[in-house]
Amino acid sequence: MANLQSDFVGIKSPNPFWLASAPPTDKEYNVRRAFEAGWGGVVWKTLGSEGPPVVNVNGPRYGAIYGADRRLLGLNNIELITDRDLYTNLEEIKRVKADYPDRAMIVSIMVPCEEEAWKAILPLVEDTGADGIELNFGCPHGMSERGMGSAVGQVPEYIEMVTRWCKQYYSKPVIVKLTPNITDIRKPAAAAKAGGADAVSLINTINSITSVNLDTMSPEPSIDGKGSHGGYCGPAVKPIAMSMVSEIARNPETHGLPISGIGGITTWRDAAEFITLGCGNVQVCTAAMTYGFKVVQEMISGLSDWMDEKGHASIDDFKGAAVPNVTDWQYLNLNYVAKAKINQDLCISCGRCFAACEDTSHQAISMSDDRVFEVIDEECVACNLCVNVCPVENCITMEPMAVGDTDPRTGKVVEPDYANWTTHPNNPAATAAE
Amino acid sequence: MDAHEALVAADRCYFCHDAPCITACPTDIDIPLFIRQIATGTPDAAAKTILSQNIMGGMCARVCPTETLCEEACVRELAEGKPVKIGQLQRYATDHLQEQGIHPFRRAEATGKTVAVVGAGPAGLSCAHRLAMLGHDVTVYDALPKPGGLNEYGIAAYKTPEGFAQAEVDWLLKIGGITLEHGEALGRDVTLEQLKGDFDAVFLGMGLGGVNALAVEGGDKDGVLNAVDFIADLRQASDMGALPVGRDVVVIGGGMTAVDAAVQSKLLGALNVTLAYRRGRDRMNASVFEQDLAASKGVRIMTHVVPRAVHGNGAVREIEFEYVNDDMTGTGEMVRIPADQVLRAIGQTLEGDALPNLEGGKIAVSGAGRTSINGVWAGGDCAAGGDDLTVTAVAEGRDAAMDIHASLTA
Repeated sequence: MANLQSDFVGIKSPNPFWLASAPPTDKEYNVRRAFEAGWGGVVWKTLGSEGPPVVNVNGPRYGAIYGADRRLLGLNNIELITDRDLYTNLEEIKRVKADYPDRAMIVSIMVPCEEEAWKAILPLVEDTGADGIELNFGCPHGMSERGMGSAVGQVPEYIEMVTRWCKQYYSKPVIVKLTPNITDIRKPAAAAKAGGADAVSLINTINSITSVNLDTMSPEPSIDGKGSHGGYCGPAVKPIAMSMVSEIARNPETHGLPISGIGGITTWRDAAEFITLGCGNVQVCTAAMTYGFKVVQEMISGLSDWMDEKGHASIDDFKGAAVPNVTDWQYLNLNYVAKAKINQDLCISCGRCFAACEDTSHQAISMSDDRVFEVIDEECVACNLCVNVCPVENCITMEPMAVGDTDPRTGKVVEPDYANWTTHPNNPAATAAE
Repeated sequence: MDAHEALVAADRCYFCHDAPCITACPTDIDIPLFIRQIATGTPDAAAKTILSQNIMGGMCARVCPTETLCEEACVRELAEGKPVKIGQLQRYATDHLQEQGIHPFRRAEATGKTVAVVGAGPAGLSCAHRLAMLGHDVTVYDALPKPGGLNEYGIAAYKTPEGFAQAEVDWLLKIGGITLEHGEALGRDVTLEQLKGDFDAVFLGMGLGGVNALAVEGGDKDGVLNAVDFIADLRQASDMGALPVGRDVVVIGGGMTAVDAAVQSKLLGALNVTLAYRRGRDRMNASVFEQDLAASKGVRIMTHVVPRAVHGNGAVREIEFEYVNDDMTGTGEMVRIPADQVLRAIGQTLEGDALPNLEGGKIAVSGAGRTSINGVWAGGDCAAGGDDLTVTAVAEGRDAAMDIHASLTA
């Protein structure tokens, strides 16, 4: 039985599944339910400075996009940080942590970019007994208009400065949560590291409008006929998040910086993928908001079974295992040749591969009068679109050609050696192989 | 199917390329397109997609044996044994449009041409609608007091309740340019010669007026009825409770009409209903779905039996069958079962003379319903070829209309 025990920058939890800072972690009642359901840790919903609590809109806070059967694929929100009293939150954090000492309790914080503001709140958080803090430099809506959230996360110098204050006035681990609403994620990650951050977490939500009401011409979610861009999350953002995570993991400047992976993690498989890209643990929100806290039980059993199957005794055994395989396009092996193959026993003859290939790709699939679909190797460039549009899993596969065989499309023999764009004769900047 | 169910069902469609369901539909409705239109919140556009190919898409959604047509061909039938619910989705879309009273088609500029259509059933009305839409003036002659043909008189009541057949005809006629002449039977009140002289083209779409007799000893006893008449009476009855139905009903036949009659008898209160068919179940024209429906209503299905005699003193009391082999030879084994009502559903025949040339007892056609007489087309049950289905009749009427149009505007 695999050991799911997680030790993330010294913060221990029984499994690597934390609830991200968000509505599910806004108060004691929810967090206790989460811990009872089996979550390894929570990042408490972001606290602000002492004073009158923030106010939220009194209309819809969320918008969504859907897949088939109204399956929620993407969610956005215009909710702000906690709108409850600071001291109420602090008392609850302290109480819950005392009752669940084996679970990770992280406190998310967002206060103005002034040293005094941080100096004021950090001792209060320290007193709760929580295991660490997460700096919310990510929320793209509302608070960013007041110079906080992503407004900080978009300026690496601010990230470094605030992180340094936190390391100065707080004794436990400091995690910096990054916004994806920037052009190069490596810069804010490097700034966090320079400021002394123990880890980064990403991604926060993405600027988004989920839909427009075509009757009222208002973006959704609509507040009295107007809408504001919200933060986008859920399964739809997972590919963006994984790319950003991998950039930080493979960048020499930030390589080895602990990462808490966030972004559309819905199943154990999603979590495992983030971990292979260098994450020490993962944070989940939308899956819990969609299905309730019980989803963690599938994540735990699935990850455990897969680790057993692969012989991984602990999370560290496969952490970052995929990072060496993330490379630049120019280093991809151009001598690798594959062809699509359709399994006729699995094919249900829907013809979607044919429509996709014939209309939008390479005319590399034939269709007979009795609806048998076959790949024309002379035309197939192995683009994978047929695989992607086929409704039956594993019906169409990409089969690598054997070295020495002749590619009927190009007439060239498949070479045994690796060769990439940097040495390709068509590349004006190619360096001749010696 | 309500709006939510329709969205859930529509999401299962794969939007297949050159979809097998379209090929399986006698009217070639673009099924993936109309289902996508439902899925994207435009059921009226879906209805227009359906109705542009099949103007009686509403009725067909109710009576089509989809399990042997579009839904049998659905790739999800192959994949999971559970096809997309095409028939119910079609009904959802067409009802959505028709309940608003919207008629989505407009007539083209008048051509000045006139066409006579004989028979206000699915074939005739489909033909008339298409011709009217193309700008021709159409007069429809029908022997019965109401339009609709078998939709009105020949399909079980439970399949088309709440006056749907008439509502659909009323909706269809909103196109304009169609005049209905009731109580005008071909050969009795009008002749083909007259129609040919008075109109630029004639379409024959009448039904099969004759019912095959039960040619056995005692086959003319009281209580032996035509299943089609039984259903017609039922459909026209204002009070179903007042309809005479036997205690022991035996229906002879294996087609849709036989099943309709058997199920209706059971629903009307018959104690024992037996469907007697001369061949095996696999040879029945009624689909497996229809057979199962009958069984679920308590109808007993006997196969490989041929009636040999009807017994009774004036009125039927018993019917005697002989068990037969697959090649129809008798086994000598006889069985008598109680019957106070026998319903014949053993096929109907075309009646009338001075008709175009026949083939197998029906009007011979070539191409899109062209008969042996120039300027006369035919389609539906009276024409040779094709299945005896509403949807086939609609397709034949439509295709003949397009051919008539081409010939009138050449």
